[in-house]
Amino acid sequence: MIKTQSEGWGTRVGLVLAMAGNAVGLGNFLRFPVQAIQNGGGAFIIPYIICFLLMGLPLLMIEWTIGRYGGEKGNHSAPFMMDRMGKKRIWKYIGVFGIFSNIGIAAYYCFIESWTLAYIFHSAIGSFTGMTQNEVVAMFSSYVSLDEATLIPFEALIFFLICLTINVYILSRGLSGGIEKVAKIAVPLLILFGIFLAIKAVTLTAGSEGANFDGILGLNFLWTPTFDTISNPKVWLNAAGQVFFTLSVGMGSIQCYASYVKKKDDIALNSMSAGWMNEFVEVVIGAAIIIPLAVGYFGIDGVKQLAELGGLSIGFKTLPFLFNQWGTFLSTISGIFWFGLLFFAGITSSLAMGMPVMSFLKDEFSWSRKKSAWTFGAIVLALGLPTVFFYNFGVFDEYDYWTGTFSLFLFAMLETILFAWVFKAENGWKEFNHGADFKIPRVYKFIIKYITPVLLIIVFVASTIKPVNNDWEGAFNNLINGKGWSLDNSSVIKQALNSGLREQLENTTDPALRNELEKKILYTDGAKILLLITFFGIAYLVRVASNKRKKERRNET
Amino acid sequence: MNTGALILMLSSIAIVTFITSYFFYKVLTTKKKSEPDSYSEND
Repeated sequence: MIKTQSEGWGTRVGLVLAMAGNAVGLGNFLRFPVQAIQNGGGAFIIPYIICFLLMGLPLLMIEWTIGRYGGEKGNHSAPFMMDRMGKKRIWKYIGVFGIFSNIGIAAYYCFIESWTLAYIFHSAIGSFTGMTQNEVVAMFSSYVSLDEATLIPFEALIFFLICLTINVYILSRGLSGGIEKVAKIAVPLLILFGIFLAIKAVTLTAGSEGANFDGILGLNFLWTPTFDTISNPKVWLNAAGQVFFTLSVGMGSIQCYASYVKKKDDIALNSMSAGWMNEFVEVVIGAAIIIPLAVGYFGIDGVKQLAELGGLSIGFKTLPFLFNQWGTFLSTISGIFWFGLLFFAGITSSLAMGMPVMSFLKDEFSWSRKKSAWTFGAIVLALGLPTVFFYNFGVFDEYDYWTGTFSLFLFAMLETILFAWVFKAENGWKEFNHGADFKIPRVYKFIIKYITPVLLIIVFVASTIKPVNNDWEGAFNNLINGKGWSLDNSSVIKQALNSGLREQLENTTDPALRNELEKKILYTDGAKILLLITFFGIAYLVRVASNKRKKERRNET
Repeated sequence: MNTGALILMLSSIAIVTFITSYFFYKVLTTKKKSEPDSYSEND
């Protein structure tokens, strides 16, 4: 037997809150509302809920089951969990994604998380007081450019290091002593902060606190349904994408947390509770903050323009300016609450990314918890520094695309095929319901077997061959009319070839812009190589671990 | 707010809040299983 520090959950509520905290991330507050207004307003909730029921919930059931089934024999990381279910060697290597995604995402996610920490600090010391909108935007640009104009030299780097150290320290305290304790404080607090800000946003009235419109107008804008959008495949793909990202599925972190649950204990009720808690934070609280606030000051047309830049832009470049209009005390409190909420949402997710890596090192190489945690920190630091130093050269976005989008879709699709068609949905359903405190309708066995895998295959293929401007109707019409299929620059194939940047380079003669684009191509290619090295490095370690297991005759564990 | 937006918003909020509360209430009130279970704090 190998000797490892025993790991486990302290309480059932702690496990549910940690799982919910893993799912609740910055996207609940910044991505969902923007997706909603860009995809049919209130009508977006229809494809969103359908995708949640047919893809989100089944994926939660699958991942909780894979985790508990793997953990039963002491496997707490995806490669050997999948190996136990699939028997063929290939599954073990597909499981590499369950470690790789966590490292890759943590590398850039900790950077965003560190922005929230820095902005809590700036809100507390009143850095935004008296700033114009343009000054707030300039401050953000200076910050991510490691510009000397920031209050502290190399501020972004310093906050990144602080943030990473906090993560590693908590991870080194283990599941019940670290992650669970943080979740028990962070999740209720972020809900409280969110409710405070949502009430403030929807009660905003035109003419008071510098607002030009009522906050309720923002809610009206967000929830007004445009039903004809429902027939557009783009809206369905965006809804599926949102459900996917919000639940943190396809990463290996849910499986890892669930692997510390014993077979006789429930996973059915726990998974439903954690999944729906995430929906509550997203649909009820997340939808009621940034859009009502931004509409209150910029009006609907202004928000439409802001939305084009994405939720991160509204969250960091706009909200500090808006809070500024509320007077010194309230703006300080609101800034701390808003960035505090984002920090709590972020840290509960980034901690979940550390655990699968640590569990792999502990299980396979008998490393101590501390050593595993600090090793995870060192890897994230090495991979994360390029995102800090070369943020403006597209390294951050490259990481996000390959680890935070592509790998997640691919891994979720493959694990669902493994679960439904190789391990067999009937066996999986039996496993899932063992010790259940809640009876999930049997129709989900059918959904898991046929609908979820097919849906995931469609979503994956669609992201691979995404047509220009995500215009599916136009693309199908072109195909029928024999005009072929033009890929969008964000499709997997074009992204791999850096087509977007190369096109821009071909179309410009400005030497300065050409120089900048050439640099961007160089850095994004470098980021791809770095990620490939990481992936194959993990695959090599999995092979070493597998051989070690054979030698120690641990193959049946 | 217009009627369509109001109906969609209130029904979505009501459904999501009800289901979330129901599941979390069940987690809090379901009887603990006999030892050894997965949770160390009730040992």
